[in-house]
Amino acid sequence: MSEFVAQLINLLASMLLILAFAMISQRRILSLIHLFTAQGATLVAATLVVGYATEQPHLYLSAGITLVVKVILIPLLLHRVINRLNVRWDIETLINIPTTMIVGIALVIFAFDLALPISRLSTSIARGTLGIALACVLLSFLMMITRAKAVPQVIGFLSMENGLFFAATSATYGMPMVVELGIALDVLVGILILGVFMFQIREQFDSLDISHLEKLKED
Amino acid sequence: MISTGAFLDPSSWVHLDWVLLVVAAWLLIGGAGVFALHRLALVARVLFPAGGAFGLLLFGVALSAIVSSPEVAVLPLGLPGLPFHFRLDSLSAFFLMIIGGVAAGVSAFAAGYFRKGEGTPPGLLALEYHIFLASMVLVVLADDAYAFMVMWETMALSSFFLVTANHRIVEIQRAGYLYLLIAHVGALGILLCFGILQADTGDYTFANMRSQEILPNRASIAFLLALFGFGAKAGIVPLHVWLPEAHPAAPSPVSALMSGVMLKTAIYGVLRVVFDLLGTPLWWWSLVLLAVGLSTALFGVVFAAVQVDMKRLLAYSSIENIGLLFTGIGLAVLFSTQGMPLMAALALTAVLYHVASHAFFKGLLFVGTGAVLHATRERNLGKLGGLIRTMPWVAWAMLIGVLASAGLPPFGGFVSEWLLLQSFLFAPDLPSSFLNMLIPVVAALIALVAALAGYTMVKFFGIIFLGQPREEKLAQAHDAGRWERIGMAWLVTGCIALGLFPVQFIALIDPVTQLLVGSGLARTVGGSSWLLAPVAIERASYGPTIFLLGVAASFALAFLLVRLFYHGRVRRAAPWDCGFPWQNARMQDTAEGFGQPIRQIFEPFFRWERELPTAFDARPRYRVSVTDPFWHWLYLPLAAAVERLARLIGLLQQGRIAVYLLYSFVTLIAVLLVVEL
Repeated sequence: MSEFVAQLINLLASMLLILAFAMISQRRILSLIHLFTAQGATLVAATLVVGYATEQPHLYLSAGITLVVKVILIPLLLHRVINRLNVRWDIETLINIPTTMIVGIALVIFAFDLALPISRLSTSIARGTLGIALACVLLSFLMMITRAKAVPQVIGFLSMENGLFFAATSATYGMPMVVELGIALDVLVGILILGVFMFQIREQFDSLDISHLEKLKED
Repeated sequence: MISTGAFLDPSSWVHLDWVLLVVAAWLLIGGAGVFALHRLALVARVLFPAGGAFGLLLFGVALSAIVSSPEVAVLPLGLPGLPFHFRLDSLSAFFLMIIGGVAAGVSAFAAGYFRKGEGTPPGLLALEYHIFLASMVLVVLADDAYAFMVMWETMALSSFFLVTANHRIVEIQRAGYLYLLIAHVGALGILLCFGILQADTGDYTFANMRSQEILPNRASIAFLLALFGFGAKAGIVPLHVWLPEAHPAAPSPVSALMSGVMLKTAIYGVLRVVFDLLGTPLWWWSLVLLAVGLSTALFGVVFAAVQVDMKRLLAYSSIENIGLLFTGIGLAVLFSTQGMPLMAALALTAVLYHVASHAFFKGLLFVGTGAVLHATRERNLGKLGGLIRTMPWVAWAMLIGVLASAGLPPFGGFVSEWLLLQSFLFAPDLPSSFLNMLIPVVAALIALVAALAGYTMVKFFGIIFLGQPREEKLAQAHDAGRWERIGMAWLVTGCIALGLFPVQFIALIDPVTQLLVGSGLARTVGGSSWLLAPVAIERASYGPTIFLLGVAASFALAFLLVRLFYHGRVRRAAPWDCGFPWQNARMQDTAEGFGQPIRQIFEPFFRWERELPTAFDARPRYRVSVTDPFWHWLYLPLAAAVERLARLIGLLQQGRIAVYLLYSFVTLIAVLLVVEL
């Protein structure tokens, strides 16, 4: 039984990693939101499995929060934003996807290497997945750096938070409830503020291309 | 501190209470100025004279406090659990006397000086001025590092606002900024010095610092920090650059206070740290002090000699005097580390004497320039001249100040410089032969400085007051007003009293030298009340009264002889006129011309640019400008380096969010790598 659960967790973890890579290489904003939703759903599933296997009822609660916030609320908000801004079918000009992927692979190796000593110390059933969680964080960061438009950057930010959440679940069976609630609220408030910013950027420059922000620099 | 019950009974007050009363009164007077911002009559006729009266009270209280035992007070001001400690000992009392004495004269002068329509409204000036005075008093009283630094910074800030009274003029803004910058860099040095002095105990009271035994290396660092910090305020080379900029910018009474009194608080700081807080000084400190003092003195006097702006000239002269004071302190440290307390007391007496006489004569000279400035609206020596006829009152008062400044008997300046040279003459008694060879050179340089100071003062007085007026408008110059005369008369009295009663004054400051080096001159000079013999009557003695009588007698004799033999035989005829049948004011020696020999002799010291007309110029123009070489050697390269560094850091600012994210990403990876290793 526990062997099967462990394999299930590993499967979900690898799905998270693949989704992260998919997000890095995705050009369309709409698909990016779909991928983000899928990542959230995978995270919910992973949390539920860990909670069931370790009989930690509070993990069900955090899975519920994740479901509401990251699978339903935020994707809805993002859909509304891109509809309003009319960037639904925008194609993002990405700089050289293959290079980014290679850098991403290097990051994954680095993250696994980094997580190895920690996983050895951990007694959690999901200890092997810590490296994947760390890799997700770094890949999302990479995505934020390489994107040229505002919406994908916000998605990268949110996906980084997903990675962190998964790291917490896999290493220590989740964070204390207060912290989790706080983070959920932070993410919501953050997305609202970033939404306002996106409208402002659009108003100012007639585009969501953040390279326009360079003009704000003082010489 | 007295208890609250006895507070209402002034008969039970000790000196410290009276001093704090003066401080409170000054703060109240300043506060009243805020409510009378533009009412010049009230500010000038009531507030400033009242401030001066309290200065006089402070002078009297301090005079009697020098000889009484130390008093302490703890005021529950400032932060909770961190009260201000105050202590009034002989050293503080001596400097309080200087502050009170000079403030009395300068306040009286200021009552007649400030006019309408000169930048800051008069009420605000009164506020800044009295806060400045109060903060100087509290700096001298402070008995813990916290109170000291708060008061020190209050002093710097209030004087900054006074310097920038005419803040609409760009040069004055720049001068004020430079002053504030150097004052703060110096304050950092002082703060770090206190940090070392408390020796990791966390107790910043001076009482604790006195009781700590600090390792020689740390003590040396503390000494160097103190020298840097207090030197920045005093104006030692190369931290002197703010003086020649700030003094011309400031209103004259403020220059008088800054030069006469504020620079002395730095001397107070050095004395307090080196002799009191640091315990036993090391002998090589004296060499540092001597080197710094001598180079400052020489640099100051040489630059004073070539200035053409009268307040700038006085500022450089202040630098020179600060140099002399530091030299004297160096000598006192040297003697006291070689186990010669009496000689140390002699050098220290010279320093304290010079502090007092410089405070009075430089205060007098600066307020005098204020009177000239008001009468003529001219600071440039090249456009003044012959003012002794239109402003006889100011001219005669300034003559006294100039003579004292030049170190001529029978005035205060002579006594202090004479004492300083006397203490050099005892250097052969030093045990080290290296020092024995060094000291005569130093003494020779001091003599050179004194001579050049005399030269400078001849130039200062001669160009302004003698000869013919160089401009038409000078004929309309008016003499100083009533209040200005009162202020100057008080300062003149100080200069004369210091010159005529050296024995009494040295006896008065005996407790100060007793406190600092454990010895005093009161016993040796006490033998005679009219003949000053600092160590032994056989070696050297000076009787100012005799000298005065001698000078007066020879003057009278010369006058009589001239009257007897030449009376009625004066013949007026055209002088040898070189083909010019008429002579005018432009044929007189100018300020540049007078300073030219010095400029030639000390050429390597200066950076000067000269513009000479050719023989065919339709409008011949002669222009020469002498700039401070330290700008080019030190300050401009420093500023350029800072700017380069800032531009390098500016490269970080790309304006691209991706790049900023990359910074944090790289940082994150680097931190993770470090964790992993």
